Amino acid sequence: MTAANPIPVKIVVAGGFAVGKSTFVESISDIDPLTTEAAMTKVSEGIDDLGDATSKKSTTVAMDFGRVGLGSELVLYLFGTPGQDRFHFMWDELIRGAIGAVVLVDTGRLEQCFPAVDYMERAGVPFVVAINAFDGVLKHHPDDVREALDIPPSIPVIVTDARHKAAVRDALVNLVRHAMTVGASASA
Amino acid sequence: MTDDSPEAFTSLRVRPYLLTGGRTRSAVDLPLEALVRTTPAGVSRSPQLGHERQLIVELCTEPQSVAEVSAILKIHLQVARVLIGDLVNEGLVATNTATPHQPTARPDLRLLERVLDGLQSL
Repeated sequence: MTAANPIPVKIVVAGGFAVGKSTFVESISDIDPLTTEAAMTKVSEGIDDLGDATSKKSTTVAMDFGRVGLGSELVLYLFGTPGQDRFHFMWDELIRGAIGAVVLVDTGRLEQCFPAVDYMERAGVPFVVAINAFDGVLKHHPDDVREALDIPPSIPVIVTDARHKAAVRDALVNLVRHAMTVGASASA
Repeated sequence: MTDDSPEAFTSLRVRPYLLTGGRTRSAVDLPLEALVRTTPAGVSRSPQLGHERQLIVELCTEPQSVAEVSAILKIHLQVARVLIGDLVNEGLVATNTATPHQPTARPDLRLLERVLDGLQSL
C-alpha cells in the first residue's frame, strides 16, 4: 500500500514584522510556502450591530505555511503568525494543539518580538526564542537578549539563521526537546 | 451595501458563503493541519459532485491539510472547512489529526519523540 495515512503536527513561527519568518519556513519546507486566507468573522462576533452578512467588509487575514515530511508517517506544518497585532485572534487557532512556537528575534529590533513572547507565555505554549543572525552576524549575545526580554531561565534562547536549512532544523529540534521537557514536568 | 458587482458572481473571494448555503461553521472539528484524504467512495462519486467539492476530492487523493486545500484551491479557510466537513459527513473524504479538542492540550511525549527523530534525520 503506497497511500500512507500520515499524522499531521504543527509548529508556529512567530515574531515581529520582517524578522525572517517566511524565510525560516521556506528554508526547510518541502513545498513552496502557501498562503491560506481567512475572513475576519471572529472579530465581528462580539459586535451587536452586525447588520446582514452582505454588508460586512470582507477583510481577510493571510497565513503563510510550509510542509515538511518526516518519514512516511508524519507531516510537520510550519505556520507563520500574521504580523499585525489586530490579527492576534488568529493566533489562538494557530497554537491549538501545536507542539510549540519558535519566536524569531532580530536583535536590531528586539521590541518587535515582545507581543509574541507575551502571548506564548500567557497561553502556556512551549516556545524557544531564536535570534536570527542576519548575514551570519550576531549583534548581541543570547544572554543579553534574555536579559533584555526578561526571559526566564527555563526557556531556551538560541541562535539560528533563517536562510539555512540546517540551522532551521536545529532550532526546531531545540523547540521539540523543550516541549518534551515542559510536557514531562506538566504531567508529573 | 450589497456587492452586486459582476465580479461578486465570478470570484470565490467575494461571495464565499454562496458555496456553503450561508454556513460559516463546519459540524466537524477541522484544525488547520488536519489531513484530508479522499476515500474510495469519494473517488467513485467525484464525477457527480459540484465543482468545488469535486476539486477537493480530486486534490485529496494525496493527503492534504485543511490549510493546503484552502490555499491551493483559493477558497477562504472557513468555507473550505464547511465543504470538507460536508464531505466527511458523506464519507467522501476522511481526516486525520493528532490535535486534541481542548485548546490547551499538547501532543503527547511519544509523538514528540517521533517528531524529534524525524527532524534529526532530515
